[in-house]
Order: sequence, then C-alpha cells, then structure tokens
Amino acid sequence: MKLKNANVIMGKELRGYFNSPLAYIFITVFLTFCAWLFFKSFFLDNVASLRPFFSFLPWPFLVLIPALTMRLWAEEQKMGTLEVLLASPITEAEAVLGKFLASFSFLVITLLLSGILPLILFFVGNPDWGTIVGGYLGAILLGGTFLAIGLWISSLTSNQIIAFIFSILAVFTLFIVGHPLVLQTAPMSLLPVLKYVGMSSHYNSILRGVIDSRDILYYLTVICLFLYFNVTSLKSRKWH
Amino acid sequence: MSVIHVRGLRKKYGEHEALKGLSFDIEKGEVVGFLGPNGAGKTTTMKILTCTMSATSGEAHVAGHDCLRESMAVRRTIGYLPENNPLYTEMTVAEYLLYMAELHGVAQEHTLERLGVVAGECGIKDRLNDSIGTLSKGYRQRVGIAAALIHDPEILILDEPTVGLDPNQIIEIRNLIKKMGQEKTVVLCSHILAEVELTCNRIMIVNEGQIVASGTPGELRNLVEGHANLKLVIRGDKRKAMTVLKEVPGVKDVKALPAKEKGAHLFEVSTAKKKDLREAITQAIFTHELILLEIHKETVSLEAIFNQVTNSDKQ
Repeated sequence: MKLKNANVIMGKELRGYFNSPLAYIFITVFLTFCAWLFFKSFFLDNVASLRPFFSFLPWPFLVLIPALTMRLWAEEQKMGTLEVLLASPITEAEAVLGKFLASFSFLVITLLLSGILPLILFFVGNPDWGTIVGGYLGAILLGGTFLAIGLWISSLTSNQIIAFIFSILAVFTLFIVGHPLVLQTAPMSLLPVLKYVGMSSHYNSILRGVIDSRDILYYLTVICLFLYFNVTSLKSRKWH
Repeated sequence: MSVIHVRGLRKKYGEHEALKGLSFDIEKGEVVGFLGPNGAGKTTTMKILTCTMSATSGEAHVAGHDCLRESMAVRRTIGYLPENNPLYTEMTVAEYLLYMAELHGVAQEHTLERLGVVAGECGIKDRLNDSIGTLSKGYRQRVGIAAALIHDPEILILDEPTVGLDPNQIIEIRNLIKKMGQEKTVVLCSHILAEVELTCNRIMIVNEGQIVASGTPGELRNLVEGHANLKLVIRGDKRKAMTVLKEVPGVKDVKALPAKEKGAHLFEVSTAKKKDLREAITQAIFTHELILLEIHKETVSLEAIFNQVTNSDKQ
C-alpha cells in the first residue's frame, strides 16, 4: 500500500468537496446547528459548558455525515469513472483509504470551525477542558465511524439517494443499539453484547472526559472493519 | 512474446458465457480492430486486459505480465478509454489530466510537460481550463483519449471511441487514432466496420465470445466465399445485351436491374470467384455492336464478410 496513491485520491476528493456547493451547505448547516445548541444552553440554562452540545451532536451527525459519503462511490459507479479509477495502477485499499481520509479531513475541518464555541467559553468563563477535549475526540471518532459505514454503503449502489438513506438507517441502528431505551427492552443475555456493539455507550463515556483505550479501540476497530468491507465490495466487482 | 497474449479466455456472467475460450496475439506496433456485434464479448475482453475484471478461466498477458497476478505492472503499460468515455464532469480538463497523471504515477517534474504534449496531440490546448461538463461530445472524447495517453503508455485500448459523434468529429478521432498507431500498439473496439477498416492494419472479428475471423482487410475478403460482381450500363437492345453477356465464358448469372438513364440498361453480372472477366465482356459487347456506358467491379464489402462470419452459427 502506497500512501502517495491514497493521497492523490484524497486530494482529488477534498478539492471535489470544496468545488461543489455541498461543502458550504454542510458547513453552514452544521455551524448554525452548533451555535443554536450552544447558545440555547448558554443563555437559557446559564451554563458555560459544551456538554449539552456534544451530547446532542450524534443526532445531526446521523443525517449530515451520510450526506458527505453518499456520492463518493455511488457517483463513480453511475458515471462509469470507477472503471477508469480501477484500471489505473492503484490498489482498492489505496482508493478506499484516500476517499475515507478525504471525508475525514473534511469532517475535521468542519469541527475545527466550530472551535470558536470553546473559545467564547474561554473568554467568558472557566470551561472544563477535559469535557472539551473528550468531546472533540468523541466527535471525531464517532464521525469517522459514521463516515466508514457511509462510504461502504455508497460502494454498494450507484444511486446516491439510496446510499444516503441506507447509511442513515445503518448508523442510526448501530448508534441506538447501546441506548438505554433499547437495552431495557432487550433480553438480559444480549445486554453485554448490545452495550458493547452500540456506539452511544462508548461515545458517552468519552464525553465524560474518561478517555479509555477500550473505547478508542472500539471505534478504530469499527472504522477498519467497514473500510475492509469497502475494499472487499470493490474487489468483488471484478468477479461478476 | 507478443505484447498482448491471450489463451483460452473464458468469462461467465452467471449462466451466460460471454467469452468461450478466446485466444489471440497482438504484436508490438500493431493497430488491431476488435470487431463484433453488440454483446459479442469485446468489452468483456477489454475489461479483462485492463484488469478491471477477472476472467473465469484462461490466461491473459500484457507486455509480458499476467493480468491477474501482476495487475499493477499491466495497468502501468496500458492507456484505457472505457466504453462511453466516463469523465468527472465537474473537473476542468487540466485538473482531470493532472489527476490522471498522478494516479498513473507520472513523476511530478514531468506532469506539466506530459499535459502539454497530450493536450497538443489531442487538440485540446485551448480548452484546458474549461469544465469537462461544458464540452461538446467530440471534445470530451479527445479529453478521454488524452487521459489515456497521459502516462505515455505502450498500449492504447479504446472501447468504441467514436460512438455518438458527428461525422466530422469521427474523422478527427480516427485521424488521432491513426497518429497514435504510428508509435503505439492500439486495440480498437468497434462495431463500425468502416472505422476499423480505415484505422487498423489487422481486424479480428468476434462473435458470441469467439474469434471467428482474423487478418488484414484484404485477407478477410479472400477468406469469404463468394463471387465478384460486375455492374454494367449498356445502351442498345436489352434482350440482345442479356444473351451476349450470358454467352461470355465464366459468367454465372446475369440480372437486369432498372436503369436510371433513358435507353440504357443496368446489368449485374456474377462471375466465378477470382476471375476477371472485364476484358472478355467489353470485347463481347463491342463485337455485338452494343454500347458500353459504364463498367464497375464491386469488391466484397467488409459488411458482407462481417455478416457472413457473424451469422454462420445461426444458419
């Protein structure tokens, strides 16, 4: 695997984001949402904390992140450009990594732009930096996982809308599996599994500022797993 | 070994067998036309050669490398224009060509030079900053070919490069292919006979997953059974002309066709294969005091060859 090749694809996709209106719509919607969440708790509840913001973040992520990944493979399949890409001397893994890193960088850039909120907190109060660092780390890991899943689903179809809807469905399912509401109704024997597989429990523990290597490992494993699925789905195209 | 070496290539799509043991060789510097009706297996073969698809069985070597095991080496030697010429419409021509250069690992210091060369060759120098989506079909096709050439590949594979173009654009693309053929090995897929005849020095006809004929256009003509046809326009008595023509030794059949000129008659004369009867016929017409206005020898058209070899299975 050559990182240089992945880098070429990443550069192309990242430029693609910023050359289309999608990037700006995404950033605007996301930042407006962030500001709303933040100032609501800031003024109404008089809390100088990013905690409510981060706990609510997975919900906009559920819709916004599939929008970032839906076209990455679906469009290539629809236009036929995948053929050109796969005929060039790069491996499937390099292509997948390149696309993932492009969407991931875009997510990180967007999250950095929201960094203005903790700066405000810094000037007006004495924020809990543990929560902020944990929050951002959690958001990046959760977002990365959503991206990996969305990217994989995009490789299964040539229709962006189908990729979008199924990605939402998939990340939503994985997210709520560990939610207390689901856990309450699930059979006792499945509880530990569901709790581990579900993304929300891991996210919440990182949010508390408790950075546990097991939670990080969980996210990295899920990301790698779905990137691997993605490579497999590209390779299997060759055989039929 | 030949540049492209294919033996017993088979490809199954579920129950349907698209390639039934294809074998052929292409030598360095050849411009080969891969001709066949739609669904004959041309595109499948090209996909296997460019490593975008795996064969069910059989082997394919390109420039000495196995398409399955050494696919990276194969891909580096091939410039490929897939069917329907897929392009990223939101990119500009220059962006796209530079991206393709990077993908093919063209060294950074050479990319701009290569960009200039291919843009010049394909005549898109003044369109480099245009978005691909705004280009006409002819220009898009040139961009596709330029992209296939960007890494200066040894072999150029073009799958239906002139589909959907207007006659002028078709001529331009054909000239471009001819130019490329002077220095590269070119494989051109097409179902348009005139195209391969004009651009290629060898033609392979594929039908239902098998090569049914291969050779230069001249060789293919000889291969096909049939007869030379002469068309004559004669002024004078129609019946007399008919009997005179029939009496010439070697004439198999004479048919009278409606003539366009008044007082003249058009005849179609079939003669035995490889026999030139033009002299004997003109002589006979002259001695019987008829007037010969036109004589034309028809060669077997590539269309006829194509029809014959691609339909023989069904008959």
